[in-house]
Amino acid sequence: MAFDSFRDFILMGGYGFFVWLSFGVTFLALFALLLQSVLTRRQLQRDCARQQHRQQRLAKRQAATQNNSVQNSAKE
Amino acid sequence: MWRWLHPYAKGEATYQLLGRWLPWVTALALLSLTVGLVWGLAFGPADYQQGDSYRIIYIHVPAAIFSMGAYAGMAIMAFIALVWQIRTAEWSIAAIAPVGAVLTFIALFTGAAWGKPMWGTWWVWDARLTSELILLFLYAGVMALYYAFEDARTGAKAAGILALVGVVNLPIIHFSVEWWNTLHQGATITKFAKPSMATEMLWPLLISLLAFALMTAAFVMLRLRHEILRHELHRPWVREELLNPKSASADINSQQEQS
Repeated sequence: MAFDSFRDFILMGGYGFFVWLSFGVTFLALFALLLQSVLTRRQLQRDCARQQHRQQRLAKRQAATQNNSVQNSAKE
Repeated sequence: MWRWLHPYAKGEATYQLLGRWLPWVTALALLSLTVGLVWGLAFGPADYQQGDSYRIIYIHVPAAIFSMGAYAGMAIMAFIALVWQIRTAEWSIAAIAPVGAVLTFIALFTGAAWGKPMWGTWWVWDARLTSELILLFLYAGVMALYYAFEDARTGAKAAGILALVGVVNLPIIHFSVEWWNTLHQGATITKFAKPSMATEMLWPLLISLLAFALMTAAFVMLRLRHEILRHELHRPWVREELLNPKSASADINSQQEQS
């Protein structure tokens, strides 16, 4: 251990502010990157679900119009 | 049919491969980061000139080295993407750029917080600091170009060309402390000479370097996985993966039962 007490460790020989500022901002930046990277997955899940709903709706509408046209041609 | 199937299998294969490696790389990164930083902060000796302020080196130097390392990796991916038109390589550009930008920001910020007590100033417009700042702008430019086009492939191409042109900046950053007079000190570790650093200080630095390398790799792997999903969102396997991840949770359950 390079320091005699926990107080000395925090003070860093008078440079405590600069050392802990550096480490603090570093971890803050890394944490922000991690959070953004992880939250991307949730966004992708929402996009994927929306796309699936739209496709299902389109398929249903297409099936309905096809039925109509079949009935119409049968009448003719 | 094979032409359609080949890239389909490839995106998924890459995704699965990254998924298998990611937990291990993450665990090793966290372990080495803890060991390196605790050792450097609490157990390494103080510097005879700089006192305890030098302890910033344990994040400043790894972040600076891998801000350049990530750029080199991104440029290689850009080259592969431009020459062989491999889509996974295009997506890697987007996966690497934000990670590299954060590393560059950390290098600049910790450098400023180290410069204030040692040089008496947060910032000087000298070669090393300015060229590292340009690296940050290059990353920002690559990201901006990548997302600036309606067509994703055009964006990847434009971003790739900027990434390749920007490689010129890497040797400028590296040799800036030798070519110009500067406040910044020269390299502490080089491949060719004995390191100008006490062994008790060198070991935690080397472990921190390893930690930042692994951490950069883990971030890029995680982001590339999401980039693959984003571009293949309409494919059935992505839908399965995102909306009903039954198979994945079943695996975890069976593993828990076994243990």
